[in-house]
Amino acid sequence: MQTYSALQLLRRAFGGHQSWEPLWRQPALKPAYDVVIIGGGGHGLATAYYLAKEHGITNVAVLEKGWIGGGNTGRNTTIIRSNYLFDESAALYDHAVKLWDDLSQALNYNVMYSARGVMMLAHTVHDVQSAKRHIHANRLNGVDNEWLDPEACKAFCPELNISDNIRYPIMGGALQRRGGTARHDAVAWGYARAADAMGVDIIQNCEVTAIRRDATGAIEAVETTKGTVKTRKVGVVAAGHTSVVMSMADVRMPLESYPLQALVSEPVKPTFTCVVMSNTIHAYISQSDKGELVIGAGTDAYTSYSQRGALHITEHTLDAICELFPMFRRMRMLRNWGGIVDVTPDRSPILSKTAVPGLFVNCGWGTGGFKATPGSGNVFAHTIATGEPHRINAPFTLDRFRDGTLIDEAAAAAVAH
Amino acid sequence: MSAPFRLATGGRIDRSKPLRFTFDGAAYTGFEGDTLASALIAGGVHLMGRSFKYHRPRGFLTAGPDEPNALVGVGASQDRYTPNLRAPVVELHDGLVAESQNRWPSLRFDAGAVNDLFSRFLPAGFYYKTFMWPKSFWKTVYEPKIRSMAGLGKAPTAPDADRYTQVYAHVDVLVVGAGPAGLAAALAAAESGRRVMLADEQPEVGGSLLHDVTATIEGRPAAAWVAETLAALEAKGVQVLTRTTAFGYYPHNMLGLLERVTDHYANPDPKLPRERLWQVRAGEVVLATGAIERPLVFPENDRPGILLADAARAYANRWAASVGKRVVIATACDSAYRTALDLKAHGIDVAVVADLRPMPIGPLVDAVRAAGIRVEAGTAVTGTRGRLRVRVAHLSRLDGRGGAHAPEPVACDALLMSGGWTPTVHLFSQSRGKLRFDEGLQAYVPSVSVEKERSAGGCNGVFDLAAVLADGYAAGESAARATRVRAPASRAFPVDGTHPVTGGHLGAVPHSRNPSAVKAFVDFQNDVTAKDLKLATREGLRSIEHVKRYTTTGMATDQGKTSNMNALGIVSEAIKAPIPQIGLTTFRAPYTPVTFGSFAGASRGDLFDPVRKTPSHSFAVEKGAPFENVGQWKRAWWYPRPGEDQHAAVRREVKAMRSSVGMFDASTLGKIEVVGPDAAAFMEMLYTNAWAKLGVGRCRYGVMLREDGFVMDDGVIGRLAADRFHVTTTTGGAPRVLNHMEDYLQTEFPHLAVWLTSITEQWAVTAVQGPKARDVIAALVEGVDLSDAALPHMSVVECRVCGVPARLFRVSFTGELGYEINVPADHGAAVWQAVYEAGQAYGITPYGTEAMHVARAEKGYIIVGQETDGTAGPDDVGLGWAIGKAKPDFVGKRALARPAMGAADRKQLVGLLTEDPATVLEEGAQIVADPVFEVPARMIGHVTSAYESPTLDRSIALAMVKGGRARMGETIYIPMPDRVIAAKVVAPVFYDQEGARLNG
Ligand SMILES: Cc1cc2nc3c(=O)[nH]c(=O)nc-3n(C[C@H](O)[C@H](O)[C@H](O)COP(=O)(O)OP(=O)(O)OC[C@H]3O[C@@H](n4cnc5c(N)ncnc54)[C@H](O)[C@@H]3O)c2cc1C
Repeated sequence: MQTYSALQLLRRAFGGHQSWEPLWRQPALKPAYDVVIIGGGGHGLATAYYLAKEHGITNVAVLEKGWIGGGNTGRNTTIIRSNYLFDESAALYDHAVKLWDDLSQALNYNVMYSARGVMMLAHTVHDVQSAKRHIHANRLNGVDNEWLDPEACKAFCPELNISDNIRYPIMGGALQRRGGTARHDAVAWGYARAADAMGVDIIQNCEVTAIRRDATGAIEAVETTKGTVKTRKVGVVAAGHTSVVMSMADVRMPLESYPLQALVSEPVKPTFTCVVMSNTIHAYISQSDKGELVIGAGTDAYTSYSQRGALHITEHTLDAICELFPMFRRMRMLRNWGGIVDVTPDRSPILSKTAVPGLFVNCGWGTGGFKATPGSGNVFAHTIATGEPHRINAPFTLDRFRDGTLIDEAAAAAVAH
Repeated sequence: MSAPFRLATGGRIDRSKPLRFTFDGAAYTGFEGDTLASALIAGGVHLMGRSFKYHRPRGFLTAGPDEPNALVGVGASQDRYTPNLRAPVVELHDGLVAESQNRWPSLRFDAGAVNDLFSRFLPAGFYYKTFMWPKSFWKTVYEPKIRSMAGLGKAPTAPDADRYTQVYAHVDVLVVGAGPAGLAAALAAAESGRRVMLADEQPEVGGSLLHDVTATIEGRPAAAWVAETLAALEAKGVQVLTRTTAFGYYPHNMLGLLERVTDHYANPDPKLPRERLWQVRAGEVVLATGAIERPLVFPENDRPGILLADAARAYANRWAASVGKRVVIATACDSAYRTALDLKAHGIDVAVVADLRPMPIGPLVDAVRAAGIRVEAGTAVTGTRGRLRVRVAHLSRLDGRGGAHAPEPVACDALLMSGGWTPTVHLFSQSRGKLRFDEGLQAYVPSVSVEKERSAGGCNGVFDLAAVLADGYAAGESAARATRVRAPASRAFPVDGTHPVTGGHLGAVPHSRNPSAVKAFVDFQNDVTAKDLKLATREGLRSIEHVKRYTTTGMATDQGKTSNMNALGIVSEAIKAPIPQIGLTTFRAPYTPVTFGSFAGASRGDLFDPVRKTPSHSFAVEKGAPFENVGQWKRAWWYPRPGEDQHAAVRREVKAMRSSVGMFDASTLGKIEVVGPDAAAFMEMLYTNAWAKLGVGRCRYGVMLREDGFVMDDGVIGRLAADRFHVTTTTGGAPRVLNHMEDYLQTEFPHLAVWLTSITEQWAVTAVQGPKARDVIAALVEGVDLSDAALPHMSVVECRVCGVPARLFRVSFTGELGYEINVPADHGAAVWQAVYEAGQAYGITPYGTEAMHVARAEKGYIIVGQETDGTAGPDDVGLGWAIGKAKPDFVGKRALARPAMGAADRKQLVGLLTEDPATVLEEGAQIVADPVFEVPARMIGHVTSAYESPTLDRSIALAMVKGGRARMGETIYIPMPDRVIAAKVVAPVFYDQEGARLNG
């Protein structure tokens, strides 16, 4: 792999940048692989990377029906945090945050992880109780998260409207300073480049159309638009389309797919230095390195595979942004889009082997899986390589929906009384 | 300041109405009808801004919303300041204040321009390859630096002073775009008597006809035809919206339109909104959005004074503003010849027309030659000179082998270019219609529609005026008839003075200069050059979406309107794949940027979310009560007496209620009437309890589970008749519960004859609680025996209270003798007042939600959403008794059978008494079994409710603790940041365990 550095940039500038190698090869699909990963999003590519890096399994193909990173990986608002309530979740997401910390160096690709702090606002008594519960649990789990009163919220984010004359005045906020954002495309490309360098084949425009099983029911091959590939191990990492892919192996998934929207404003000079989220009034916002205000909305009310959402959802989100930041009312929406998120009944992911020998699944990240990308790939690679879950993903089984050991992070947003 | 480039005659400006304005502090004058761009061009100004990355001086490229360069900040004060406005679409008004962006210290001398010198070190995506060492520098040094370089304008710093409104409309036919195609379409649709709406983003209708001074339609000059057609449309009742951009095409023919209402006024009527957001549901849609001219990608094609050819023509014809005194035209398309002719007619010196095509032919070419203008075929511009304005164009004859001969310098003060026309298929594409690449036109054109929609005119790849009019008319007619069949031009519009236009070029223009030493811009605003695109393809980014994201081409505020097709051409050549194989990047809404405030509309302050008030609201206001937001409701939190703080007030309220009587507004509780022959059967399925045997006039506490077996809601439910239940829900849960019920009724139990009606707002509820409750209400209730025997705890009776119909419940959420008087909401305030007065003899005390919370916690009553959090099953919170064991089924029953639901270490509801009775725990605090622990600690539970109990005179708490019921008497620990608090596990009922006070 060519090294990336300022020096290299300088050196190659004098050759008119002619000597940069491709980020990854354009390999032809081989007839057989040790492991096939279905889905070239961040999670699939990270899985392939850690399979090669930590488990020495390099005869791996990542099959992507479109272009890598073109699913939710390239559509999300890139918020990273790990202040989740339950021990299981905190361990998983914090594992990821720790990997984020030196991911650029590990991949030799600048993924622009920027720990600028994520502040989650409380607008009701119930929000306050919930935020405090998170903070206490996080502290005892070794995850940073602190309570800010409204003035402290304002000090952290000077644009915030903490006055009483809004409908749901801010009663405080929970701040995770290690939270932040990263550059989504760079995550996909960085993992792809590093995985490719170790021999992983990244096959784009290659849609999986069927999964074949042998007489014992075990995985035997997958059929794709580019031909058949033999393999004994398949990792399905297809986000909003996981149910579709898993049904090819006759596995019914406890997932619902919803459109989730985001939007950006026109780019402006730095005006907003942190990340602010409000679950109660459904909005979150940060400013990208390019200068755009990046704003996320809630999911649509109905399930759909159409990568766009309804206008009234955008509208509602901007209502909230304008309330919280009245000086942004004259800012303008530049682009608006949607992705299809895969939602489990307990709002926690599934990182699991399945009843089908050789079939593994990584899904259910719903509206919040970007932040988990490195951790998810890391423990999923372990699961595929060893056939058994890593300590961290052991609770995130598919079976939990059968036996009831749910990890319900929706608890965080439980009913307001 | 004088306007040296204002043409003596012509234009659609009103020379009798001069308007003064400033740009970067310098004063200028324009006329009514001018845009900021046309007025500045007339004033000789071309230097308008600095580019994103290299800070190169930039001028106007276009005369419309596709402008990538001339972005300005407009507004005299921060509360009316808007960044990034495109100067060509900013209408001038007197007193307008505009400034340039992305430059420091000034537009002419911009320090950021050093980037241009170092540009060879800053190729596309350079930031992915560097800034990684040392690690800590990313956050402290590199990123802040990158961020300060990025961005164009500055966000306003003061809250917006303006208002916005929203309009919803339904029409039979919506025509988007009022150029010739749109006007003809609207005409056709209107003739059929349908409801027609015609929207155009410009201040006046006419589109390209507004700057066509030679064409005639039906024997009249184009402008006159436009005026007549407009009058005809209005006479037929067509709703014509100008200054209105259709920005988004949403499913089922819903379009988002933004109307700019006041920005063009110097002193707008304060009653008017700044903008209106229209959401239009259209039976049929005609897209007549025209086409966008493409620049040519040649080295140094970005200097101020280098414009699109048709833009220069528009500035001259429509606004009487000349882009220069001596112009060079570089083209690959006939349309630039019209510019040559029109400029020459205005007396502007057209030095030369350089045409990329080896043999340009046709009437326009002939006319230009005949006018004595020099035409060079097979010739390209291969370079330019001039720092803040183009001075020289280098013309080189192409060698036919991908290179060019030595250049001839031609002096000029404007260089006009045309690479042909790109149909504006943005909305079509947003509608999910399928595009097709037309080899002849070298453009993507609409092919298969998904919505009830058709494209006409330029956006449909039709460019000849007569054909455009016919195409528009046919589209309007088929839309009016709601058929997909387009009648063959059922009306012909004879035209004259216009010529068909052919030709165009995609991709970079050949030259023989050192490719790594020159910059030929593709995306002007984001400073993406042909070189960058080629680098991306060399680096293996072959999908056009990857190229876009890697180089940022097409991602600027103009969303690639002028650049996407050229980028495609360059990538196609670089990876040797035909354009249709590469595809196109997705067109994302909005077409042009839309103000956040217009989406928010009136949703601000109190209107952000409806405020729901109870009948006793003004009573509480009078008493100085603070309010708590609960769902959309405002609930009185406590009723302070003079000098009392929250603590004192709550303590007094609870004590008074327990010792004598209190009153509480319970109107916010959700109420649903479940009616029908199968009402009881339905209730059996939706709640865990048994309902069939509940007697009429009796109540039961109901527990509702989600499908996954966890507690979703609770409430007291009264049976008013065999077929009628009065269900109450939590305040916040009411809509969710009704949805849940409807969902099950419609999808799972459609065979049940049941009707559900939300009656939350129909019934106002005054709760009267305390040992004297019966005495207080006795005088107000008519004809009901209130004795314990006749109306025991958990019963309901329909009667009259204070002379109005009522549903009187005997229920308690405090543990005291209690009643809840439901009366029609209109009488709520009067009944509340009557109770208050009747209660004076007993010292009745109104209490708020806080006292209610404390009182119920003393009794160990849970609050769903506080004790439960979506992970608690009924047994976990001590409601195992509410599960009808004999019931064959209910929602959630199957889930309760899952192994984990019976595990010994499930979190269970317990009471906690701190060792120090004065210590009140913090709600949400975590619990550990061992006071000595390491992080990560093993947590066994959390505190759900904690209060100072006025009744027990000590702190109490409720908690969910693993295996809690088996821990009674144990000491557990609550680690706080500064100390560890010890508490004893006790039963969750702190007061009147036997429930004696409820009865009697
Ligand atoms: C608008 C939006 C905002 C979000 N904001 C955040 C946020 O702020 N923070 C956060 O942490 N998370 C956020 N998320 C969630 C996050 O984006 C996802 O959880 C995460 O990116 C999932 O990554 P992935 O690799 O699993 O999925 P994806 O990136 O979607 O990858 C799945 C891939 O599978 C491919 N595929 C599907 N079917 C097939 C097939 N049959 N054959 C081959 N390939 C197939 C798809 O093309 C796709 O590329 C957001 C999501 C959206 C949509």
